[in-house]
Amino acid sequence: MAYFRSHVLVSVDPVCVQKGAYELIETLQDEIVKQGLVEEVQVLETSRIGDPETEGLDLMVYPEAVHYTKLTLDDVPFLVEEQFLKGRIAEQYIRETKKVVDEELSAPKTKEVRIVLKNIGEIDPLNIEDYIARDGYMALGKVLTEMTPEETIQEVLDSGLRGRGGAGFPTGLKWRFIRNAEAEQKYMICNADEGDPGAFANRRVLEGDPHSVVEGMIIGAYAAGASQGYIYCRAEYPIAVRTMKTAIEQARNFGLLGDNILGSGFSFDLEVRMGAGAFVCGEETALMASIEGLRGEPRPRPPFPAQKGLWEQPSNINNVETYSNVPQIILKGAEWFSSLGYKKSTGTKTFSMAGDVKNTGLIEVPFGITLQEIIYDVGGGIKEDKKFKAVQTGGPMGGCLPENLLDLHMDYEALAEAGSILGSGGLVVMDEDTCMVDIARFFMDFTQDESCGKCTPCRIGTRRILEILTRICEGKGKPDDIDTLRYLCDQINENSLCGLGKGAPNPVKSTLEHFLDEYEAHIYEKRCPAKVCKSLIRFEIIDGLCTGCTLCARNCPVDAISGERRQTHVIDPDICIKCGICEQLCPYDAIEIK
Amino acid sequence: MATEVKEGQDIRKLVRTLVQNHGDEKAELIPILHEINRELGYISDEAIKELSKRMNLPSSHIYSVATFYRMLSTEPRGRHVIQFCESAPCHVTGGRLVWQKLQRELGLPKGETSQDNKWTLLTTSCLGLCGVGPVMVIDNDIYGNVTPEQVPGILKNYE
Repeated sequence: MAYFRSHVLVSVDPVCVQKGAYELIETLQDEIVKQGLVEEVQVLETSRIGDPETEGLDLMVYPEAVHYTKLTLDDVPFLVEEQFLKGRIAEQYIRETKKVVDEELSAPKTKEVRIVLKNIGEIDPLNIEDYIARDGYMALGKVLTEMTPEETIQEVLDSGLRGRGGAGFPTGLKWRFIRNAEAEQKYMICNADEGDPGAFANRRVLEGDPHSVVEGMIIGAYAAGASQGYIYCRAEYPIAVRTMKTAIEQARNFGLLGDNILGSGFSFDLEVRMGAGAFVCGEETALMASIEGLRGEPRPRPPFPAQKGLWEQPSNINNVETYSNVPQIILKGAEWFSSLGYKKSTGTKTFSMAGDVKNTGLIEVPFGITLQEIIYDVGGGIKEDKKFKAVQTGGPMGGCLPENLLDLHMDYEALAEAGSILGSGGLVVMDEDTCMVDIARFFMDFTQDESCGKCTPCRIGTRRILEILTRICEGKGKPDDIDTLRYLCDQINENSLCGLGKGAPNPVKSTLEHFLDEYEAHIYEKRCPAKVCKSLIRFEIIDGLCTGCTLCARNCPVDAISGERRQTHVIDPDICIKCGICEQLCPYDAIEIK
Repeated sequence: MATEVKEGQDIRKLVRTLVQNHGDEKAELIPILHEINRELGYISDEAIKELSKRMNLPSSHIYSVATFYRMLSTEPRGRHVIQFCESAPCHVTGGRLVWQKLQRELGLPKGETSQDNKWTLLTTSCLGLCGVGPVMVIDNDIYGNVTPEQVPGILKNYE
């Protein structure tokens, strides 16, 4: 292992890449070579370190922990000379900057327990030694030298670990199915096709702690008796694909993948497969079809992948987060893991919090925590202290839960009972200004678009629901629409081929159950209570508040606002397209939505 | 991104090289289509024909796969492809205004390519960069925290 005197961390998050982070790295490396410091200074990539709003580039130098900001490429030669050759801080480049924030993942808050996220931001994901230094691959060593495959399966079974991709099937049991299946070739697959809008926990694990997934997969392969594995990662995550490929290569170089791993006689190899933009490929049978080079369409089960999966061979599919938990379970024991959690859901779960909550981003909490605790204690409550209205869990196939379910203990069973799912761990918090019919329409628009079209209930059913919801939002709802929606929801749920179709009606079903009054207001009174649906609202300028500053009239994209300077202005409802720009701009709050 | 339309001969050569590098297993089809898409900007009939020969797969199969996945295109695209994230987290952080500005600035509706073949304007599914929304991708460059005011400046990078 090489030791460097200094480490330079350059942020490569999207905003910094846009500002030229990769050019900075290249220039730094060139300069380090030029000044003969290759053996002493190492340049590393990291997630965000600076404030994205400031001009120029940022870098951190360790062990001094000096933060240079607002750099240009021309500053690099002098900086390298001062900092690394002469060993003094180049004061002129340390400029005033705001506090460092990782908007996606902040320091753990009370009630958080980090197992899956513990290494993220703490280690260099492109360096296997960093992972090894934090007990990495120790679990693999333990399994290969001290445990039989059956003992490994039993340990994972005892831990109570269940599939984190949403279905919640016991992981150990799945592995045992594969173990007991008779076949020459068995496959281990990682589902890294995290497609739910708003969910990015898997991306952070793949990009920030890739070896935890690799190690989990090798352990699983040993237990299940698989010799080949695939990580199916969506093409929308190019950095994750690159990081995983690097991790696999390094593991192979260290003898942790390939033939005769750690001299144990067990052989297993891994490959990354990239998707090409199809949401349905997150469904396991569709995912396998895609690996085989086919259209990513699901097929009926049974046969289950454990019997006939990839190329008709027994195949085990687990999600990124599931594999990432495995090394910790082996190291710390099933008892430790099962002591966390609630009832039949043990351990922790990551959630990607989005929407109208103060602290958005990634969290990891033990199962059993209530929604109330997640939203108010971890999430900090609702933005601008508005009133909570609903939380949508589990991505586009999940349901919307109202205020009276806030004391619900988060686990697989409780969520299913409430008409939602745990899914990928997406949590979209919505405040009082959200129209639930519009939200249902928004999600249906997504599923309708992503339906692969193979089975009729999903292909045509989601389209029909979308048409009805759109009609209701436009103020053209009919009295029997609610019954038709309920009928369609049941039909699609019962008759669709895969999880996408089965789950697609959930947002509609749950809003019909908990927010029926909003549907009724739209249909019978032609009124949108949350004042969101454009066809059911109009903008008016309040006489007395308007000062005639002309700001709204100047910014109206369709010139619908008229009036003399210092006189109350008027909006022409026939021209107004209800874009809301005037309402946002008005400094006197003189524009009212009716 | 493709800068010029390639001749038939070049396309055949590209396909042959790719099949050589990846092998002709059916499982390599999607990785190969990805590369063709990146090199040519889209998957042309010519490329499908050659691929069918080299991989011993019916062109109907290749076409069905190429049209199934959102990130592969069988239609020519502009020299620069803009993909705007249309999912909820970007939508609620002001994505709608950026999207409107983009359309106005380019004079293009969703899914269209400009007359001079410079731009193609597309939407994309969630890129998982919800912490820095609204997000858009031009060719291979990712832009986060985009505001409507930044749009003209960003587009200028591709003159």
